[in-house]
Amino acid sequence: MAFKKLINSKKILSLFAVFLLSGTNLLMAQSTDVAASGNSKAGHSSDWFSVGYYLLLFFFAILCVATLGKILKVYDLSVKMQGKKGINWNNIMALLCAVFLVVGLYGAYWSLTVQGSMTLPVSASEHGVAIDNMFTVTSILTLIVFVLTQILLFGFAFIYRASDKRKAYFLPHNNTIEKVWTVIPAVVLTILVVFGFFTWQKVMDISSKKGDINIDVTGHQFAWELRYPGTDGKLGKVDYKLVTGLNKLGVDYSDRNSFDDLQADTLVLPVNKTIRLNIHAQDVIHSVYLPQFRVQMNAVPGLPTFFKFVPTITTADMRIKTDNPKFEYTLYCNKICGGSHYNMQKVVRVVSEEEYQEWIAKQKPYLSDQLKADLKIAEIKPSVSGQISSNKLALNN
Amino acid sequence: MSTLAVHDHGVLQHGEGHEHHHKATFLNTYVFSQDHKMIAKQFLITGITMAFIAMTLSILFRIQLAYPDKSFPLLETLLGRFAPGGRLSPDFYMSLVTIHGTIMVFFVLTAGLSGTFANLLIPLQIGARDMASPLVNMLSYWFFLTASIIMLSAFFVEKGPASGGWTIYPPLSAMPKAMPGSGMGMTLWLISMVCFIASSLMGGINYVSTVLNMRTKGMDLWKMPLTVWALFLTAILGVLAFPVLVAGVVLLIFDRSFGTSFYLSDIVLNGQVQPYEGGSPILFQHLFWFLGHPEVYIVIMPAMGISSEVMSVNSRKPIFGYHAMVYSLIGITVLSFIVWGHHMFVTGMNPFLGGVFMITTLIIAVPSAVKTFNWLATLWRGNIRFTPAMLFAIGMVSFFISGGLTGIFLGNAALDINLHDTYFVVAHFHLVMGSAAIFGMLAGVYHWFPKMFRRMMDERLGYLHFWITFIGAYLVFFPMHFMGLDGVPRRYYALTEFPAFNRWLTVNVFITWAAIMSGFAQVAFLINFVYSIFWGKKTVQNPWNANTLEWDAPIEHVHGNWIGEIPTVYRWPYDYSKPGHEEDFIPQTVPFSQTMSSNLPHDFEDNPAGLAEYNKWVVLNKANEEVK
Repeated sequence: MAFKKLINSKKILSLFAVFLLSGTNLLMAQSTDVAASGNSKAGHSSDWFSVGYYLLLFFFAILCVATLGKILKVYDLSVKMQGKKGINWNNIMALLCAVFLVVGLYGAYWSLTVQGSMTLPVSASEHGVAIDNMFTVTSILTLIVFVLTQILLFGFAFIYRASDKRKAYFLPHNNTIEKVWTVIPAVVLTILVVFGFFTWQKVMDISSKKGDINIDVTGHQFAWELRYPGTDGKLGKVDYKLVTGLNKLGVDYSDRNSFDDLQADTLVLPVNKTIRLNIHAQDVIHSVYLPQFRVQMNAVPGLPTFFKFVPTITTADMRIKTDNPKFEYTLYCNKICGGSHYNMQKVVRVVSEEEYQEWIAKQKPYLSDQLKADLKIAEIKPSVSGQISSNKLALNN
Repeated sequence: MSTLAVHDHGVLQHGEGHEHHHKATFLNTYVFSQDHKMIAKQFLITGITMAFIAMTLSILFRIQLAYPDKSFPLLETLLGRFAPGGRLSPDFYMSLVTIHGTIMVFFVLTAGLSGTFANLLIPLQIGARDMASPLVNMLSYWFFLTASIIMLSAFFVEKGPASGGWTIYPPLSAMPKAMPGSGMGMTLWLISMVCFIASSLMGGINYVSTVLNMRTKGMDLWKMPLTVWALFLTAILGVLAFPVLVAGVVLLIFDRSFGTSFYLSDIVLNGQVQPYEGGSPILFQHLFWFLGHPEVYIVIMPAMGISSEVMSVNSRKPIFGYHAMVYSLIGITVLSFIVWGHHMFVTGMNPFLGGVFMITTLIIAVPSAVKTFNWLATLWRGNIRFTPAMLFAIGMVSFFISGGLTGIFLGNAALDINLHDTYFVVAHFHLVMGSAAIFGMLAGVYHWFPKMFRRMMDERLGYLHFWITFIGAYLVFFPMHFMGLDGVPRRYYALTEFPAFNRWLTVNVFITWAAIMSGFAQVAFLINFVYSIFWGKKTVQNPWNANTLEWDAPIEHVHGNWIGEIPTVYRWPYDYSKPGHEEDFIPQTVPFSQTMSSNLPHDFEDNPAGLAEYNKWVVLNKANEEVK
């Protein structure tokens, strides 16, 4: 039998060698092909070389593992021939479970402390503090469960490894203990639910936060447009059908409130004032994400959304807090929106009230002179939008 | 009774007609086979192939994340225009992410997992000759294969495969001009999914009807192994949830091709006002997640069932709280239909609705916790045999705990505001449904390999495979939690545009190498799998000393599973290490009359005649002992 096996493994080895050889041939052939196909691609043969090198390394590793396996097998057999027991893989695996438990828990601790300290700084908004508290409570509870259950899992695996001398304990069920561990998670989760529900309601409650500054944030591939209200504090209406090259947001100038609206490049917010971000999207879904303020809301075409929050820490203060003189709050897109999704950001600056007034006074009105010129034509020709809708009717029918 | 009659009829037919009527040709044995055991193998091998493809895709985009500024000329040689200058293009990166997710969730962990094990185990473990409809079963596989081929064919169209994320939210996926992948690639994605769902439905209906109608004599629902329970409930979930996705997908096809506006409204694309009006992108999200959330339980429940079975067999102990395990599976099944909104807390859905979904979501954690504690109690005072299957089952529980706990954060609407769509989510679902489910699947492969291929897999290679994969998966996904807590969004082609994210670059390099390491560990599995199919050690009748019915069926596969009558079942499948019995297992086919010394009053709960017999025996035994 053993002899037969040897033949078998030889067969496999030779097959493997043939496979390797033909494989190398194929690679070589391809690389010469590539080299021949054009001078610009001549460098590519070296890629194959480096890949070949890594492949060779990998095969070497496989060879090492196989050799090690064979050595272990031979050792195992020779020990058995002497009449002793061979390698007890079961105990080795049990031991590995125990080692994994210790090393794994240390690794988790290391990750929590080192990488955990690289996470977001303190919340820069009022409601964010409540969210952070909720987070802390949940973290503590789940970490306790995490550590306990992993210890039990791998601890039991180690302690109760198989032994010929013992039989397992026949325990099909125990209603009391099952009730206990149904009720305890239920109670803990109820606490978390109630706590979370009220936090959520508080965050989303719009009536309690008064005197807001309305700012329009509009997402499109791949940028954000900002629109601030003018002295009247009111934003004019928008209509996507009015979008033109000049009127990028489609501001409706039949609404008088829109005349003094301002455009801006940076989202500047006065500290300790209620901000209401009116969130729009023009083409696909985007998401307004301001992680330092614990703010996120999707921008959905056809469904205007909003988020109300109160920034509490100015950029300058945050720079001191984080010990990072270059710190900037950022707003970025957090819903897949196309190829440049990874670079759709706006700088956010939180400043004092005076700085804000100073800044806003300098912003250009949305209604540029060019647009004004354009607008006059638009006012006499309302048929433009009419035409679009009639087109649409035709399409829909 | 009537089903039994049908069975007997079937036996007769097979007994006589097997040789004469349909000759076993290569084509009807290995290709267009209607035998559930062969279909299971077809599902498994297709699933493993798809898993390797999806894994390779993930390694590709991991390389991009680790080395965003580096150029790999080889990539250009291999991928051509998808990697100009040796760097993945952002659009192709999105395609990789999308197709990786789609393949893993649907093709590997739904079809590969349920398809394999429901096909293999349901008839064998409940004692049936085959599925209720072998033809539909075969069709289910062929639709699946068609779907797989269509999905992969998208790599060969000009603008590349679908790239709007595996959730394909419109309008991004609805307008071909929104991104290159939303053109032909998305059309292929949608066609593939329709085929896939057809396959899944045909499979599911078959599994449900087989479990309900074709159980052998004595196999009442409460005597079914947990694998069958899990696969049965999974099939119910799939049958109820998948049609909703078809509805969503068909409406999307209408929006894309026939000018309707189900999901589209108020759109200005590249400065062009679009004619769509009155639709709602949120509607698609509701339809998608109405399937999407049950889907994650479709993925994890078979893994739970397999792990329960494997852990019980290898701890040589009954599964702790069998009834509680079943009820928690039922609880998960029911609750999973009313939690989909937790994927949509920040999509502009009414905040009140968000609150409601938060409550239902956190309730579903209770049955999950019960299951976890019951697994731990199963290990307690066991006599644990570390087969590779057992290790994978333990790994599954470990992942399920680690990933499940972060679900408590994400299910909380208030916390989700800041965690939504960050790497925290990526870490969460890759642990709780990705790694845990794939570990359940691997546990199943190692455990039932002898049943499928009549040979054993190499244990030591299995050990090597387990430890590298297990450690590797933790190294990949654990650090991602903290990236998420720093607000690093998922689906970003590169983090280079944000100075604040630069510090995560080294972590990304680390994760990528951990992923490559675990990727290579799969080669150990592949070698073991292929080698063992042809040259592995021949198996014995019952290699794991298990109780369930499949180990009673002959090793050589016969059409109809059992030669002669199907065995009758007398007891539940978890009589391991029962006190009073010499061996540490009593198969389900052994009647209580043969195990008088180990019977318990509990065994006769709804069997008064048996209880009377038992009491008589106890009295007699006592008398005998007194005589002695």
